[in-house]
Amino acid sequence: MSTLTKPEAAGTPAGAGDAFLSVRDLRVRFRTEDGIVKAVNELNFDLEAGKTLGIVGESGSGKSVSNLAVMGLHNPRNTTIEGSIKLEGQELIGLPQRDLEKLRGNKMAMIFQDSLAALSPYYTIGRQIAEPFMKHTGANKKEGRERAIEMLAKVGIPQPDKRVDSYPHEFSGGMRQRAMIAMSLVCNPKLLIADEPTTALDVTVQAQIVDLLKDLQQEFGTSIIFITHDLGVIREIADDVLVMYAGRAVERGTMREILKTPQHPYGWGLLSSIPRINASVDIPLRPIPGSPPSLLNPPSGCAFNPRCEFREQVTGDKCRTERPALEEANGHLSACHLTPAQKQSILTEQILPRLSS
Amino acid sequence: MSAEQTVSGAAAKPVATGTPLLEVSGLTKHFPVMGGFPFKRQVGAVQAVDDVSFTVNAGESLGLVGESGCGKSTTGRLVTRLYEPTAGSIKYMGQDIAHASRKELAPIRSEIQMIFQDPYSSLNPRHTVGTIISGPMEINGINPPQGREARVKELLEIVGLNPEHYNRFPHEFSGGQRQRIGVARALALNPKLIVADEPVSALDVSIQAQVVNLLQELQKELGIAFVFIAHDLSIVRHFSQRVAVMYLGKVVEIADRDSLYEAPRHPYTHALLSAAPDADPDNLAGERIRLTGDVPSPLNPPSGCRFRTRCWKAQEKCATEEPPLVQLSGSADGHLTACHFPEFGDVQGNAKAPATEAATAPESEAKASVPEQRESAE
Repeated sequence: MSTLTKPEAAGTPAGAGDAFLSVRDLRVRFRTEDGIVKAVNELNFDLEAGKTLGIVGESGSGKSVSNLAVMGLHNPRNTTIEGSIKLEGQELIGLPQRDLEKLRGNKMAMIFQDSLAALSPYYTIGRQIAEPFMKHTGANKKEGRERAIEMLAKVGIPQPDKRVDSYPHEFSGGMRQRAMIAMSLVCNPKLLIADEPTTALDVTVQAQIVDLLKDLQQEFGTSIIFITHDLGVIREIADDVLVMYAGRAVERGTMREILKTPQHPYGWGLLSSIPRINASVDIPLRPIPGSPPSLLNPPSGCAFNPRCEFREQVTGDKCRTERPALEEANGHLSACHLTPAQKQSILTEQILPRLSS
Repeated sequence: MSAEQTVSGAAAKPVATGTPLLEVSGLTKHFPVMGGFPFKRQVGAVQAVDDVSFTVNAGESLGLVGESGCGKSTTGRLVTRLYEPTAGSIKYMGQDIAHASRKELAPIRSEIQMIFQDPYSSLNPRHTVGTIISGPMEINGINPPQGREARVKELLEIVGLNPEHYNRFPHEFSGGQRQRIGVARALALNPKLIVADEPVSALDVSIQAQVVNLLQELQKELGIAFVFIAHDLSIVRHFSQRVAVMYLGKVVEIADRDSLYEAPRHPYTHALLSAAPDADPDNLAGERIRLTGDVPSPLNPPSGCRFRTRCWKAQEKCATEEPPLVQLSGSADGHLTACHFPEFGDVQGNAKAPATEAATAPESEAKASVPEQRESAE
């Protein structure tokens, strides 16, 4: 076996880059007073080097939890993490804290949603940016400061040599988010996890940040995991998209496949419920009925079944009794009991006319 | 002055049905900044809202859009008189309430209600849903014929909640359901005007549409006028017949929906529209206009046009002279823009080449049209 696989892997250098980050069968459980929260279940995904993976989902769908698991940021006392997370072949689950610390901020870094809460109000921006650099490279304070100024200039903050001594409260929201990006990129990480980095920002600043991330990705070849609930932002930045619902992946494919030919009722619902800036205004929006399920006690079978409008089309009561597997249907992966033919006809006859009207 | 006059001129021919319910003119709110030692004195003022004028007709929805810190929420709170304005007038059904006393306001407060952004902090966690929704009735001494409890249950049903949840507490509900409770509370007194301050931005995408649809149904069925404050341009477009774009405390453009979204004249409106992300990968409607920098501080706003520091068309005139909010030649009726060098009013053409073609042609047009407009205004 090994003799067969090895030449294959060596023969395709692109194939080796494929599995830059590979997550297999990831499960995250939290023990709480109310019971065990199954936050992430059987999650699989790959991220190629230099590409961007967008993760979409509602709050509580497990998108942040799975990425905090990649970073090893969960409290081990009440969390169990199972499965495998491999970063360039190195297994991250079960890695001792000391080794994780060497990776965090160095090889992988994270940008958080609320920049005011994620930056310390007590230290200057420059010091916070220089800290991971000094720790990981052993640079001294002067070099750290120079590097911080360089990074601030790179993320487009005017007068970086002056602003390096400012405190986070002296920055506006967009500038703080830039400073966070500078902090995360200071050691040239290979993996950048951006957890809703633009959600708290205005549209014009959001556009700036998305452009900045794209430019920096081209410059450094960073792989990005971009978590958001905004499909418009996904369109701007993502190569591949993973749609999550109730702790599971329900759909996975390229950006174009997910946004143009979604194959899961949840994806259809999401696309139909957002108002388009050029759509007719007289037609009421089509919301997804109900609300996201509790992860303490998720619905049996397909977790989306209480909110699904196509449940009747599945023969038997499969949606309520059997969990659909993530399988290929019409070009990309989706987890739904509808047959590929049914999906295609629903998509072309009901969903696409709805979107174009 | 000119802004006031042009707006009253626009109000003379109301766009939608009904008469002006709310007339705001020259509305200004400056928050004093205190400092100094040993005696605290005013060292400056945050010019949160400066000379804002608009009208809301009965049964109409006016959208207020802008970035954070542009004064849209302050405007909403001034209209509901949670703040007292520094200057200007707020006329509700002909009566000026800008400096009305608590007593004078009491009957009006029941007709102007507010829906808040955060459904988690706007409901008292120690009160049941019943107490929360019947609160406004109790305060205003209103006793519906069928009794308050029955009315609350009716309201719960209107907003799509189970009337049996009367005795539950807010923490037992999800975000979308809580926002519905907030809507029910605002409806309790049969208001004529609701100020909705970002009612959906704290909710999940799949829930946002539910609440927007609910508000739209209520508006149609009960004929309530809305001031709809949001930063999401597509939701505002979906909900409001007329839209005002605010920047740093000023209204820079106000028009009815179609005119504003299809033919924006102000560069800022253009930039906002082009920055709004669209989920359709095939929709390549023009390149994005990259606005550089941030909104300047309202403590010390730029002279002249407040947008000039980020505007790609700014010239000397913009720094010295403040553009009045007037109807430019070529705009639809009631489409008011405050810009010296307005755009053509065509999303695609301008978005693709904002610097070249726009700098030459509209300049002459603007020079010809603006002074003329000003004469007629004064």
